[in-house]
Formats: sequence, structure tokens, C-alpha cells
Amino acid sequence: MTPSRNVVERVLIILAAAVLVAAPFGLKSYGIYVLSLWAVMTIAAIGLNLTVGYAGQVSLAQAAFVGVGAYTTALLTTGGWPFGLAFLLSGVLCFGIGWGLGYPALRVQHHYLAFVTLAFTTLAYLIFRNEVWLTNGISGIVGIPRPNVFGWSTAAARDFYYFCLAVLAVISAAAWWLVQSPWGRAFVALRENALRAASLGVDTRRYTLVAFATGAGLGGFAGALYAPLVQFVDPTPFSLGLSLNLLLMVIVGGAGYFFGPFVGALVAVFLPEWLRFTEGFYLIFYAAAVMVLLAFCPTGLLGLVDRMLEMHRRKLDRAATVAANGATR
Amino acid sequence: MADIFQLLIAGLATGAIYALVAIGFTLLWQTSQTINFAQGEFVMLPAFLILAAMNIAELPFWLAILAGLAAALLILGAMFKKLLVDPMLRHGVLPLVIATIAFGLFLKESVKEFYSAEAQPFPSLVPAGNLSIAGAVISLQDVAILIVAVVAVGALQLFLSHTRTGRAMQATAQNPTVARILGIAVERMILYTFLINAALVTLASLLITPVYLAKFSNGETLGLAAFIAAIVGGFNQVRGAIAGGLLLGLVDNFAAAYLSAQYRGAIPLFVLIAVILFRPQGLLGRAEERTV
Amino acid sequence: MKAVLEVRDLRKSFGGIHAVDGVSFDVREGEILGIIGPNGSGKSTLFNCILGQLRPSSGEVKIDGRIVTGMRPCDLNRLGISRTFQLLQVFPQLSVRENLILAGQEHQGSMMSRLFGRRDAGLSAAADRMLGFFRLDHLAHERAGSLSYGQQKLLDVAMAFMAGPRLVLLDEPAGGVNLTMLADLRDRLRAINEREKATFVVIEHNMEFVMSLCSRILVLAEGRIIAEGTPEEIQRNPKVVEAYLGQ
Repeated sequence: MTPSRNVVERVLIILAAAVLVAAPFGLKSYGIYVLSLWAVMTIAAIGLNLTVGYAGQVSLAQAAFVGVGAYTTALLTTGGWPFGLAFLLSGVLCFGIGWGLGYPALRVQHHYLAFVTLAFTTLAYLIFRNEVWLTNGISGIVGIPRPNVFGWSTAAARDFYYFCLAVLAVISAAAWWLVQSPWGRAFVALRENALRAASLGVDTRRYTLVAFATGAGLGGFAGALYAPLVQFVDPTPFSLGLSLNLLLMVIVGGAGYFFGPFVGALVAVFLPEWLRFTEGFYLIFYAAAVMVLLAFCPTGLLGLVDRMLEMHRRKLDRAATVAANGATR
Repeated sequence: MADIFQLLIAGLATGAIYALVAIGFTLLWQTSQTINFAQGEFVMLPAFLILAAMNIAELPFWLAILAGLAAALLILGAMFKKLLVDPMLRHGVLPLVIATIAFGLFLKESVKEFYSAEAQPFPSLVPAGNLSIAGAVISLQDVAILIVAVVAVGALQLFLSHTRTGRAMQATAQNPTVARILGIAVERMILYTFLINAALVTLASLLITPVYLAKFSNGETLGLAAFIAAIVGGFNQVRGAIAGGLLLGLVDNFAAAYLSAQYRGAIPLFVLIAVILFRPQGLLGRAEERTV
Repeated sequence: MKAVLEVRDLRKSFGGIHAVDGVSFDVREGEILGIIGPNGSGKSTLFNCILGQLRPSSGEVKIDGRIVTGMRPCDLNRLGISRTFQLLQVFPQLSVRENLILAGQEHQGSMMSRLFGRRDAGLSAAADRMLGFFRLDHLAHERAGSLSYGQQKLLDVAMAFMAGPRLVLLDEPAGGVNLTMLADLRDRLRAINEREKATFVVIEHNMEFVMSLCSRILVLAEGRIIAEGTPEEIQRNPKVVEAYLGQ
């Protein structure tokens, strides 16, 4: 008797969580940094997954939102504000910007949001670089402190990693709750068949806007965590390249799958480390691999897993039917 | 007054290039629902193909251009359609969009790794020099760009409206289903649009690279400009792409001159938002049928 | 008898093609109106114009006296209009029960209350009742995509009724359904019509189905109504015969 799918999933999650908690003990500080980066990128990717995987829209602005969150937190915490407040403000600010961008863009058809977000990323980068009075331009903001959580200092690499993990856990739980709610059902309907969803009363425009704005807010949270992780914020990381990277994370992991962003971020953060020997070529491999993956299985890695499980299940069903037929003869 | 005239010509010249790129983009969308996010990289690539022909195969410039064009038609036209677009269209528009994004990234990084990360000089078809008209100083480059672009677009329009193949392509762009019923070889027409796009981007590449130098990252700004031009003009019309391109070129040049040059790159965004808010079907577009 | 739906001089052109060419009719509360006509007569276009899928070139649509021409489909749905589709449009990844809950949830409270409210939006009981009525209970937890074609059709119809609509437009409900299921479907539709006083408009090609279900029939040809009457009258009408034979 094969165990039910849910049980397998739950075991895997517990195992993964255990690995994540134990990991830093076998790693040097650079390895811990990469893991923390993975956690931060996963948060941004979870946000983007809402927009892409659930609402079916292409957003190329997630990097800009991460940037806004990072700068907001950097400015506030270096100015003496508590991290918790900076974190919240980063998310709310990005949610608002997302709403403002999405509202006009989603009133029209086609993938206009893609172009608006593309243009916004350009604008955001220019603001980060040019508005020196605010962002310190290319020199960036240094000395960003790591938060003190109820007396527990997260200054050390391992402590901050656990902090990132905790934030990721909370956000994942919130995302899970969202997806399980009636909103989640509406999102799935939106993704699978927007036409039918509309005819059932689902306000597709409103739900898409909410998904996008929430995704932007999560990007802001990711940025808020990024600032104390790297402890230095400059415009360079928040370019179109990062937006593309995040988008590919979501797609490679499997758009619309809850754990897609986790898997995708894993691939995106660790691949350059493993392919370090190929120097600049890894992006070429990555892009080529994405194209092949999409042609073969557009639902990403988790979609591939789903498909294999489905084939396996059908094989078992057929075997069972044959056995049953044989038994009755 | 002379200043404005100069800016006007420069703006129209830039706009003409945007128009060339936007036309191809619009054609691809109309005939096969392809939103080609790699369009910017498509303009970046031919210059490098030509450079490779000159520096590696040691061909003379004019022959290198032909070689580059042939390679572009093959890679950005036929192969793009057969190997990337056709397999992906089955899965829907979203996977195709992502695939073209990945393809653009692939082209950009390949050029960076296999050719050079540094900006490369590119020979111009037109000698450097200036014309003096009524006190305004106008570069020969800009005049040449305008003339070539006008000729190219004019030829394209003639082809589309006065030849049988051209009219068949128009029918396919308007309504592929009806075109199929009318007996038009729709698949072949779609292939032709891909080839035309490849030719247009090669031409745009030839015109713009001497000015900005050949760099792997050229695609970013050009791509964005092309998308915005197509939308501003009216996503479902070739005439719209032309109008949008010219308008964007003009706005771009005038704004850079009279407003902050630092935020020049953000101008497409403001134009786009303005159009979306006040005239979502674009300047020349028809009001779209709502599907949802 | 009050008119639930009023269509006045509706026109829809695509370029030079007049798909709907001046159609006017009323639908009275509680009646089952059938719309038939040869292929290409504009039936689906008419539906799409009424339902907000397409913007009519001219003309007016009123629901309970209120002008709704060109409203978005989701807003129309919240006014009490529902539809089924010619090509199956259930949500294959969701379970049958989830499909039904989805079909009703947008009518429960506001968007925010739906976020913080119960997972099933309070619709479990209603969904179960619907499942029972359409005799799909044994399939409640199956993925909708794994149902047979006929069962998916029933689910589609069930979904259209979850929100207790005033008016349901059914687009070729009998298409591709086998005879036994067809009788079942007709039977269920009549039952709902009697019980809930729900008003239906049905587009169909299956003559037998239409004639046995509908109380009144409109015949469309080339975008215009060429005949109207009871099933018996329509069957005897020479214009109707000609419209079909002239194909």
C-alpha cells in the first residue's frame, strides 16, 4: 500500500525543515550567508508566485519592490527606527505602489502589466541611482544594523539566518492561509479559466490587482530582510536582471505550486555557486535550461514531479485492474 | 528655432528606429499572439553577427551585412519560430512570454561571453558629418536613418497592400481563422512575418549601432522603447507602431534636452502610463473587444 | 407577467459581417425560452452580447427594467444572471465540491469578509444539496477533470445555479450528452424551473431537447428573428423549415 500523497508531502516538509535548521552547523559563514539569501529570495519569489502563478500575470518589477523595501529599511534602521516598524512599512509601501501601478495597467487587456512593470523597474533603478540626497546614489547606505529581537541579537551569521528562517516560516504560513481561503479558490479559478471565473461573479480585475499588490508587498518584506543581511544597500542588485531571475525562479520551481518558489529559489541561488567554475557561462546554461524545461514541462520542476507521480499512479491503477481481471477469471 | 528643428530631426530619426522595431513586434503579436520579450536583444544581435563576419571570417563590410542578414533570418526568424514559438504556443501565452524572456537572456549572455563584454565600434553606412540647414546643425546620420527608415517602411507597406502575399499576410494578421477558411497558407504567412521581423531588426541594428556602439546590453533600452511604442500607437495596428515609435522618439529627445537628462530612461514609462490611463487602445488603435 | 430580460434592437457587427442584426425580444419570469437557428445565425454572438462578453454595436439589454448593456460579466453575474458554456468550462484541477463552492462564493458577503471568513464561505450545505439534486454526490471529492463528459455537463449546469440566479442562459447544454443523461438533464432543468421559478434561455441544436423543454421558441437566421411561437407552431412554420433546409 503506497502511503497517501499528503502523508508523503508532510514527511518531506518536516525533513526539509529539519535540514534547514541543522544546516548552519556544517557550514562556514559564507555558506550560511547563501542560505540566508535563499530564504530572502524565497520570500520575494512567494510574492511573485502570487502574481504569476495564481493571477497569471507577468511582473518584471519584483526587483524594484525588493529595492524599495531594502532602501526603506536601510534608511529607517540607520536612522534609529526599530526594525519591526521598518519591516512593516516596507511591505505596506510596496503594497501601495503595487496597487498604484496595477490599477491602470490591469484595466486594459493583454499583458500590459508586463510592460508597465518593466518600465517601472527602469524608473526605480534610476531613482535609486540619481536621488543621491535620499539613497546616497552609487555610494550606497552602509552600516545597516541587524535587529535585536526581544533581547536576542541577530548580529552573528547563524543567528541572523535563524531570524530569516523564522520570518520565512511566518510568511509561508500566511501565504498558505491565503491560498486555502476563498481568495485562494478565486485565484485558482482566475488562473485556470478567467472567462469562466468572471461568469461566476469572480471580479477578475480586483483579484488580479490584489494578487499583484500583495506580491509587491512581499517583495518589500524580502528587501527589508535583505538590507540587514548584506548590511549595505546600493542600486546595483535591484535591476532588471534580478527581476528576471526572480521570474525564472517562480517558473522553474513551478508557477502556481505553493512550494514552487522554494524550489526555484534553491536552484537560482545555488546554481551559480555550483557552476562557479564555468564563470559567466552559468547564465547561458540557466537560460537554455529554462527554455528546454518550458518546452518539455511548462509547469516547472514541481509540475514535472506531479506528472511523474501521475504516470506512476496510472501504472499502479492499470496493474491493479489487470490483477483484478486476472483474479476474476 | 534652429534648436527645435535639430531636436525634431534627431527625434524623428530615433523614432524611426523605434518604429522599425515596433512594427516587427506588432506583426508578430497580430499574426501569432507572440509577445516577443527578446525584441531588444533581436536588435542587438545582428550587429554582432556582422562584426563576427567581418572580424572572424574577414569579410568586407557589405558582404558581412549580407551574411549577418542571412544569419538573422535564420536564427531570429525561422529557428525562433520553429524551435521556440511553435512548441510553446501550445501551452499558452504565458509560457511563451517567459520563453522569450529566457531567450533574450540567452542571446545577451552569449554575446557577452562569446564575443565581448566591452562596447565595440561599428562601421557606419553613412560618413560622419553634418548638414547645415537654416542655421540648424543636423547630423548626416540622422538624415540617412530617416531616409532609409522611410524607404523601408514604405516598401513594407507597398508589399503588404499591393502584392498577393502581402495581402494574404494582412488577412492572416487581422483574423487567422477566417484567413484559413479563405484558403490562405496561414502557417507560411506567419513564417513570413517572423522573417520580416528578422529583417526589420537587422535594419534597425545597422542604423542604430554606429551611434551607440555594439554592446551586449543594448537590448534593454531598445526593447522597452519598442514595446511602449507599439502599445502607445495601438497594439493592433502597424500604422500605430509607426506613430508610436515616432512619437516616443520625439518625446524622448525633447524631454532629454529640456528636462533632466538623468531620467531619460524613464520617459517611456510616463508615456505608457499616460496612454493606458487616457487612451488604452493606443493613439491609432481600435477599441478592443473585451474578453473578460 | 413581468419581463426579466428585455433585449431591444441589438446589433453586433464584425467589420462588414452583421452577426446580430436588430434582435428584440422579452423573456418573462419563469418561462423557458429556446433560441434555435442554423449554424452561423448569430445565437452565440447574441448570448455573448447579452452577457457582457462582447460589447454590442448598438441596442439595449435590460434586466428587471435596469439597463445592463455592456456591463462586465462578473457584475452581471452578481445581478443574478448566470450561464453555462458550449465548450465545457469546469475547473478541472478543483474537486467537484470546490467547483460548486467557487460558483457561489462571490455572492457571499464582501471580498474582505471572504478573506477572513470560513474556508468554504458557508456554502458546504448548499453545495451538498446541489450535488444531491444533480445526483453527483458520490463524485464530490473527485477532481472535476476526471469526470465523464456528461457528468461535467451536469456539474456545469449545477455551478450556474449555485448562486440562486434569476436568469440562466444555457449555451447548447445538450451538446455531446448521451440519451440517458439528456433525459436526466431535461428532467433536472424542469424541476429547478418549477421549484425556484428560475427563468431560462436555451440555445440548442438538438430539436427534440428544445421542443420538449421550452415553452416558447425564437428562431434566428442571419442575425434576425424570423419566427416565434410555441414548439408546435415553430415546427409547422414554413419559414423555419426553409431557413434550415436552405443551408
